[in-house]
Amino acid sequence: MNEQLARVARTAMGLVVALVIATTYWQTWARPGLAARQDNEIQRVAEFEVQRGKILAPTRVLARNRVETRRGKKLYFRTYPQGKLAAHIVGYSTVSRSRAGLEKSLNGVLTGTERNLAGLVERQLDDLRGKPIVGDTIVTTLDIRAQKVALDALGRKCGAVVALDPRSGKLLVMASSPSYDPNLVEKRFGLVGRITADCRPAAPLVNRATQGLYAPGSSFKVVTLAAALESNRFAPDSEFDDPGYCIAYGKRVNNFDTSRPFGRLSLATALQHSVNSVFCNIGKALGAKRILEQARKFGFYDRPPLETPDGDRLPSGLYRRGELWFPKRDFEVDAGRMAFGQERMLVTPLQMAMVAGAVGNAGILMRPWVVEKVVSPQGKTVARTERAQLSRAVGPVNARDMAEMMVSVVQDGTGTAAQISGYRVGGKTGTAETGVAGRNTTWFIAFAGRPGKRPEVAIAVALEGQSLTGGATAAPIARTVMQALLGRRPNP
Amino acid sequence: MSARTRELLTLALAALIGSTAFASAWIAGAASIDYGWVPWAALLAAVFVVGHVFARAVVPDADPTLLPLTGLLCAIGLTFVYRIDPEDGRRQLVWVAVGVGVFVLVLLWLRWDYRVLERYKYVFGVSAIVLLMLPSVPGIGQRINGVKLWVDIGPLQFQPGEIAKIFLVVFLAGYLRDKREALARGRIKDFGPLLAIWGGAMLVLVQTSDLGSALLNFGIFLAMLYAATGRLSFVLAGLALFAGGATVLYDALSRVQQRVTVWLEPWTDDKVYCAINGRLEYRQNCDSYQLVKSLYSIANGGYGGTGIGKGTFETVDGTPLIPFLQTDFVYSAIAQELGLIGAAAVLLCFLALVARGMRVALIAHDGFSKLLAAGLSFGFALQTFIIVGGVLRLVPLTGITLPFVSYGGSSIVSNFVMLALLMLVSHRAVRGAAT
Repeated sequence: MNEQLARVARTAMGLVVALVIATTYWQTWARPGLAARQDNEIQRVAEFEVQRGKILAPTRVLARNRVETRRGKKLYFRTYPQGKLAAHIVGYSTVSRSRAGLEKSLNGVLTGTERNLAGLVERQLDDLRGKPIVGDTIVTTLDIRAQKVALDALGRKCGAVVALDPRSGKLLVMASSPSYDPNLVEKRFGLVGRITADCRPAAPLVNRATQGLYAPGSSFKVVTLAAALESNRFAPDSEFDDPGYCIAYGKRVNNFDTSRPFGRLSLATALQHSVNSVFCNIGKALGAKRILEQARKFGFYDRPPLETPDGDRLPSGLYRRGELWFPKRDFEVDAGRMAFGQERMLVTPLQMAMVAGAVGNAGILMRPWVVEKVVSPQGKTVARTERAQLSRAVGPVNARDMAEMMVSVVQDGTGTAAQISGYRVGGKTGTAETGVAGRNTTWFIAFAGRPGKRPEVAIAVALEGQSLTGGATAAPIARTVMQALLGRRPNP
Repeated sequence: MSARTRELLTLALAALIGSTAFASAWIAGAASIDYGWVPWAALLAAVFVVGHVFARAVVPDADPTLLPLTGLLCAIGLTFVYRIDPEDGRRQLVWVAVGVGVFVLVLLWLRWDYRVLERYKYVFGVSAIVLLMLPSVPGIGQRINGVKLWVDIGPLQFQPGEIAKIFLVVFLAGYLRDKREALARGRIKDFGPLLAIWGGAMLVLVQTSDLGSALLNFGIFLAMLYAATGRLSFVLAGLALFAGGATVLYDALSRVQQRVTVWLEPWTDDKVYCAINGRLEYRQNCDSYQLVKSLYSIANGGYGGTGIGKGTFETVDGTPLIPFLQTDFVYSAIAQELGLIGAAAVLLCFLALVARGMRVALIAHDGFSKLLAAGLSFGFALQTFIIVGGVLRLVPLTGITLPFVSYGGSSIVSNFVMLALLMLVSHRAVRGAAT
């Protein structure tokens, strides 16, 4: 019988060994995946025992800790001194509703788990000494003063303002309206939704600057213009005939103002006055794919890079049945309508700020970033974001021509409301019809800087449900925010 | 050095480890260094010294590692039960004392020759079935958490399944020793009682909805059947029969269905119907809540664990995050606070216990003793596998106890009975070899 017994014994021991292997799997291999899950309350509660790092703007505290002792344990809860000012970027870290924003995406940094070996050893030693673990502090690039200006300028309107430094890609302002107070999320979440705003649903938790997908309207003409010039088939002084409309797919597509056809005009003048028929004909001549390839160089069809959670940032481009879509053949898309920003083209304000910035920055698109540096509890800078070029969107000569044409839009075109004395401002307006009369999405995208120097600011303003044009609604807001930012920034 | 002296020294080592663990839990709970843990540690040690003294008198040649391993497991169990709920810890200590008392009684009762049990094998067999059916008898049966496992007689409440398991092993050891040659030849008429056992297991499964204990008893049965006959085909046929029966009954057993669904797909990306509140929920927030939270708890331990008393088992408000932590899920508490190193060490204690038990079976002289020791040891292994494997999502989760570690009186006491039987067999095997 002993032979059988030995086999039974081996089986019995094999069962226990299988348990050791399974335990190893969960505690090593599967551990990071489980720790990252949103419903992992154990991980979350355990992390409240970590003295979380602060989140700072260069001059202000955006998030800090409030210590409470409960059941003999020191717990570190969050408060947000700036309230709703930077809510969408900073996010929140709560027990009841998990995390959002940088609090979510940089949780590892803030709790000190994402460090080099020496840092991790230090963390483990602190744990053994019984000291609370201290996380790293994050310094952002946000200009809180301008951020407040932007949010105040938006007021009750729903929309977003994004401003960045096109020379470096540094994010200066990202305001989404309506905003919310992250301090309410933990215990009085019901109050978050109780806000007065001009749109319904107000959806204050949505970051419209990166999650809002809007029809770009005429602001997209900048992209079409880039494609036209880069194709070498058109130049700023190319001549066009404007009958007041354009025939696309057998249907008439009207200019914004049909009563007054321009007749014979140059491409530069067409941009200055945002003449639809001209861009419609360029679109038909180039084909949709060529324009979309150009859009790609500006960053379309990719999630714009930023340190916020990936799910918070949506890619811009053509959307079909709610999905991002790149046509295989030209005839699948009405290129004429797409050329001036209709035809299922959807963009985020961040993406449009990148477009304006790349044009102003001699055609070079810089990678946007919002985290300046990471500072250890000992005050040492452990990581600093390096600026990086994302792509060359337009050749330098064409970029210079495009910038000049955009400057003329502000000097003597649809965007005169954005003029700032002493500065060179180039911009483009947009008014996208949503199908409901008097409820347009209006745009203004622009760059601004000292004459003869590279622009210091690029901006995109998008507003929902406006009855007037982009030049009348969005351009003044862009001007106010740019003024708050200009003149105070040395070369980065 | 005699076997019992080695046992005493090993017990001292177990006491050292166990006291350190319990002291950590105590100090973490008190948040200051005091010596309130000393009486607990001393009491537990004293209880095992009493067990040792009787072992020295009755079974001096028995394997010297079994009692210390049990002691260590009990100490770790007590530490974690106390850590989770001090009041339950107090009761657990009492139950361990009662368990050692019963251990001593069994040793004394069978001190001349435990093989008398073989004479009453059919009594044990029938009693096992009756005991398993008891919880479904109206009036005394108690349904807790959807499973009928408990019996209430006056002030006494116990799980008869735990005792039935031992009776079953005794019956099978006797019956299979008797019939092993006939069975190995494959005579149909000898299979009658075995088919009756299979039918009984199925019936119990239907009556109690308790997949865990059905699996455990049937697994022990198959292991002993194989040991007795050496016919792998019997095991495969048995497994097929069990699987077949379970499949046929699957539709009728909603609880088993739910356990299997949870096992296969604990996380859902879409909301599914939740029977608990009648709404649509993610499964991880409904049926698989316990399992998923327990996996998070295990993962949170990592290599080294959080340390005893420093794990996270409750929300910041003090609401428990994992239900049944001190019974079914005690392993996930151990894995979080002791980490991979500690959890593996606990499993290795079980491995050693099983290995030593199997060694007893190998060196025993007669068939009954061999089968008895093998059945008991395999029972320890399989029970550990079913509950810890369930917690680790290796097999569907069924609520049975982790021997000597989980909180629960019936389980502790019956495991000590099994230990006593193993030591009796061991003593006779060694003594027999010496003379």
